[in-house]
Amino acid sequence: MTRPIPLLLISLAVAIPLSLLAGRVWLDPWTTPNAAVILGELRLPRALLAVTIGGGLGAAGAAMQGYLRNPLADPGLFGIAPGAALGAVVSLLLGYAASAWLLPLFALAGAGGAMLLLALIAGRAGGIALFTLAGMMIASLAGALTSLAISLAPNAFATSEIVVWLMGALTDRGWPDVWLAAPLTLAGIVLLRLAGRGLDALTLGEAAARSLGISPGRLQALLVVGVGLTVGSGVAVAGVIGFVGLMVPHLVRPLTDRRPSALIVPSALAGALLVLVADCLCRILPLVTELRLGIALSLIGAPFFLHLLLKMRREAV
Amino acid sequence: MLEARDLMLAGRLDGVSAALRPGEITAICGPNGAGKSSLLQCLAGLLAPGSGDVRLDDTALGRIPARQRAQAIGYLPQSGEVAWDLSVRNLVALGRLPHGDGGEAQIDAALAALDLEILSTRPVSTLSGGEKARVLLARVLAGDPHWILADEPLAALDLGHQLALIGHLRQAAEAGAGVVLVLHDLALAMNHASRVLVLEQGRVAADGPPETALDPMLIERVWGVPARWLGEPGARALVADDQAASAAGAGSSRGSA
Repeated sequence: MTRPIPLLLISLAVAIPLSLLAGRVWLDPWTTPNAAVILGELRLPRALLAVTIGGGLGAAGAAMQGYLRNPLADPGLFGIAPGAALGAVVSLLLGYAASAWLLPLFALAGAGGAMLLLALIAGRAGGIALFTLAGMMIASLAGALTSLAISLAPNAFATSEIVVWLMGALTDRGWPDVWLAAPLTLAGIVLLRLAGRGLDALTLGEAAARSLGISPGRLQALLVVGVGLTVGSGVAVAGVIGFVGLMVPHLVRPLTDRRPSALIVPSALAGALLVLVADCLCRILPLVTELRLGIALSLIGAPFFLHLLLKMRREAV
Repeated sequence: MLEARDLMLAGRLDGVSAALRPGEITAICGPNGAGKSSLLQCLAGLLAPGSGDVRLDDTALGRIPARQRAQAIGYLPQSGEVAWDLSVRNLVALGRLPHGDGGEAQIDAALAALDLEILSTRPVSTLSGGEKARVLLARVLAGDPHWILADEPLAALDLGHQLALIGHLRQAAEAGAGVVLVLHDLALAMNHASRVLVLEQGRVAADGPPETALDPMLIERVWGVPARWLGEPGARALVADDQAASAAGAGSSRGSA
């Protein structure tokens, strides 16, 4: 069922031009001085980056929930985002952040390392429980190593640089970030969409899915590489942005026929919309310094998560 | 022909051989832990035996590509798990995954065979247990498999739904499919199977028509419960001897249509 897709595409078509004009200083393309430079070099790449990252996180969240057959699953569970964050922190610690490419490359290497570790631990059997536990172990290991890296920072300035970067933001990002993240995210979304058949079959449980001809190993590989590309490249250019992968599939699911495969593309579009709007709000809100996108989304996400839990509790009674 | 040859699986199967024929309902019976579900999963190609092999029409199951195997063998697990609240029709349509087509005609036929047409747009979460069991069987039928392997498909169903579901399975067998069921209820196996395979601690204790395979002497030996059959063939009921059973530390009397 593709009902939500046109709706979301139209919303994005409206939101992207609006987001170009929105900011602490609203832009009038005809009267603002240097409007073309501000639009072309600052706001357009930032908007495209928001769309890219949100799209990747939304698709990854939908695929993860389908794979784990759990509406509370989040892309962070595989340990790929923490792995990418660790890579980025290491590059900051080594003082490589000045280069436009090194930090994202370190982050991608961190994501790749987490993916490799996952594949090694989970083996070829493709069991989901073992896989999830391996992901949680990797996430906590990466988290601990990140804390260690922060504690090893040579001075207070370096510490604050790492901590601020970890909060996730799209401030001061440019075209190189778009060129890095967009192709990888798109490739990741394509892989996750290819996993759709297998995710649909998993609706009936692991044994039934295998009896329907689904290869657990192939499905797991598609998931790991798909989530790795989308989430890894997102963290590489914008830091850690939470809750999008958890929230978006929930918001979109009632608009679809609830098949996991039918949720991936609409979740990508809705994730893109959510991050774009949230980033605009960060720019518009009259605070002393710009609100970090990662913090803003967590502020929205935590109450949403609570709402979900309360709803589940009510249904369980 | 679906043939198990000397299947060994550590702690579960100990040299099981059986040649299953299409057009029959074969019931796999045995006490808890006898290896019934393991045998069914080996037959479905979901569990690789430690040694021995399963052959489908003289080809080792392991050598058949997963998708082709899935087209030939439909497997209905015991769990009845449905993770997402799909509509009945979308759930039944999952049976077409191995074929990679919409299969509208087969989905319609499966819905019709199990009287599910009026429920086809209903979310699965709103169904009763009996309706859900029918939907899950329709999912298997929609794949048009030559073999239907089902693990306890009748457990948790009331008498009327049990009889209705087994009627549908018999229709599938009469249409040429091989039907293999793990059954706990010996009376159901006695009255509805064409053949019964009794497992005991991973070995075949009996294999044959229900009247001989479920002989009271064998039931007493395998289940440890002295019991006798009442009624006419096709409408038998099993009655366990209470006193002897409690002396043997086994269950109490049971009987069913």
